[in-house]
Amino acid sequence: MWGKRCFAKSETMIKRSVFSSRTLPYLLILPQIVVTLAFFYWPAAQGLVQSLMRSDPFGQHSTFIWFTNFTALFTDPLYLKSIGITLFFSMSVATVSISTGLFVATMANRALKAKAVVRTLLIWPYAVAPAISGILWLFLLHPSYGVIALAIKRWFGVDWNPVLRGSDAMFMIIMASAWKQISYNFVFFIAGLQAIPKSLIEAAAIDGASPFRRFWTITVPLLSPTLFFVTVMNIIYSFFETFGVVHMMTQGGPGGATNILVYKVYQDGFIGLNMGGSAAQSIVLMTLIIAVTLFQFKYVEKKVQYAG
Amino acid sequence: MKARKLLMAIAVAASLVFLAGQVMAEPITINWWHAMKGARGKVVDNMIKAFNDSQPDYKVVGTYKGNYDETVNAGVAAYRAKKQPHLLQSFEVGTQTMMLSGAIYPVYKLMNDEEYNINWKGYLQPVLSYYMNANGDLMSMPFNSSTPVMYYNVDLFKKAGLPMLDKTKPVTWDELGEITAKLVKSGVPGGMVTGWQSWTQVENYSAIHNIAFASKSNGYEGLDCELLINNPTVVKHVAMLKEWMKDGRFFYGGQKFQGPKAEFIAQNAGVYIDSISGIAKLKKAVKDFKWDVAPMPVESWMKEPQNSIIGGASLWVFNGHDKEDYKGVAAFMKHLGRQDMQIYWHKQTGYFPITLAAYDQLKKDGYYNEQPYQEVGIKQLTRKVPTKVSRGLRLGYFIQIRNIINEELELVWNDTKTPQEAMDSAVKRSNKQLREFEKIYQ
Repeated sequence: MWGKRCFAKSETMIKRSVFSSRTLPYLLILPQIVVTLAFFYWPAAQGLVQSLMRSDPFGQHSTFIWFTNFTALFTDPLYLKSIGITLFFSMSVATVSISTGLFVATMANRALKAKAVVRTLLIWPYAVAPAISGILWLFLLHPSYGVIALAIKRWFGVDWNPVLRGSDAMFMIIMASAWKQISYNFVFFIAGLQAIPKSLIEAAAIDGASPFRRFWTITVPLLSPTLFFVTVMNIIYSFFETFGVVHMMTQGGPGGATNILVYKVYQDGFIGLNMGGSAAQSIVLMTLIIAVTLFQFKYVEKKVQYAG
Repeated sequence: MKARKLLMAIAVAASLVFLAGQVMAEPITINWWHAMKGARGKVVDNMIKAFNDSQPDYKVVGTYKGNYDETVNAGVAAYRAKKQPHLLQSFEVGTQTMMLSGAIYPVYKLMNDEEYNINWKGYLQPVLSYYMNANGDLMSMPFNSSTPVMYYNVDLFKKAGLPMLDKTKPVTWDELGEITAKLVKSGVPGGMVTGWQSWTQVENYSAIHNIAFASKSNGYEGLDCELLINNPTVVKHVAMLKEWMKDGRFFYGGQKFQGPKAEFIAQNAGVYIDSISGIAKLKKAVKDFKWDVAPMPVESWMKEPQNSIIGGASLWVFNGHDKEDYKGVAAFMKHLGRQDMQIYWHKQTGYFPITLAAYDQLKKDGYYNEQPYQEVGIKQLTRKVPTKVSRGLRLGYFIQIRNIINEELELVWNDTKTPQEAMDSAVKRSNKQLREFEKIYQ
């Protein structure tokens, strides 16, 4: 009785469109479902089947071997090392690109004369594909022909050699991957910053709060939904899309120091034609990314303040 | 009424004749997927055009499918979808995978079935042997083949007071050690660099010194082979290069050719080991110094060095097409082996001519007097009859194995491992791959 009245009340307040037919809604979302099934679930299921098989590339010899591909992976110390490398890499990329993006956005949010121009210029790098970003950075940092590399080697005597040293190579791919993502983060941060009421910040300023304190106690909490979203997106980006950067710059080397998971899948599957092993790796990668996202939604999101 | 019937009959008959005529005139299409782009792609197109113009029955259509990996993957996907081309160009490391695939029509069989009596003895044996099975039957048709050689900077050699190198007789590694020491002393930043280190410093090093790279005749005689590159000779060679790194006689420029080539062009290194197919690239890129080509160095104890081994790709015939189509494929294979085609291919791309007749003709024409660089590779390749361990490598998951060797060598170069540790680990890791591969075909 109460529920009904409430419904009636709300109906008078908001105009609602309700489908009279039960099948129509399903029909309307059908195209989306078909696309999702055909391009996401079906390949994922295929990958799952493949990961339980041992087969040659041409599909002429296939044996079902249960979870042997997976046990082989997890008993391989190099695969475990690759997981570690990936986690370190994606954390670094996310940290560098988020902090820089936030810093640049706060700076650009202030009253500048050429505000529009500055912002547009800052957004540009996002339009650059990861592979191109890799090539650009390689022209700067390659020890044989990189402009910056040659300069710091000659003038500062820095022994820079990413072709030989794993840490240098890791630094190089982190820079190239984060650089591009800074622009992406910048766009979201600048939008987030503009949504923060000026009056709050002014009031705090009048109360004598320092710029850093105002940033930390007002801007950051109010920006937390953006921060949360950007973190999820950055981690996913650094897991998958950075493939192009690695492919162009280090090919996983030297000595496997930059062999992140997604690159290893490509090397074993596409180049090496080991179908079962690489399918198992993709499944692990998929599980890992699902876990990371779930973790973020479950624990990090609770601390996010959507109000404001 | 009668007239109308007659007219109909004539019309039907006419259209039938017309149709039949069309069927007869329409040549059978032969699809060839390859990985040759740019200047090489044009050369391929011209060779195809020569074939298509020479006869009316078959029309070869060449399609560029990307680099070697992409071309092979396109072939795999097409075969699975039963839309495979007739011919697929695949790189040498994929030989074992293609051979065992069950998807191919061996070339020797095709040529026999189509009754072409090909004198395989008239081909460059070290090239053919890479693509033969254990019985000596040719499984795929060699197409583009190269081998590593040693490039050196003539100007820097002169400055260091070094004599020019011979084009037939290789220097020893000890001599190269002295040469690079003098180069460094004369002010060159580095002595030697090498492209494709696994191919040049391990695979070819083993072949030239007649050392087995893997058991079972480098894998030709069984899938149950194991790598043998942790033998004292190879380890000693790696240790020597590592030793050279200390005083700049050798330095590492990367796995592929781009880095090392850039160092050679920038005159940061006086000696550069890479594929003979680099000649064209160097001719184009080097403007400010003179360079020359010499055979790969050899250890002083190796009095009669073996042949080097090839790199490059061959043409595989897929099964599952009509008998009529294969007639055309065989005719096209024959066409590619023709002397004029081989000479054209060699002159334009620098890849080897695969028939002795073409090679002899080029010699007779004085081509190598004008282009002395080109012959260094052929002479090195043909200086001896290939042995069981210098004819080639036949390994499953060879791409992964090369990757492993590259990784482990890098760990030597950056002081993480000793040469012995690295080679032991390379063998152990590669054997794991070989066992995995073996299981697929059991």
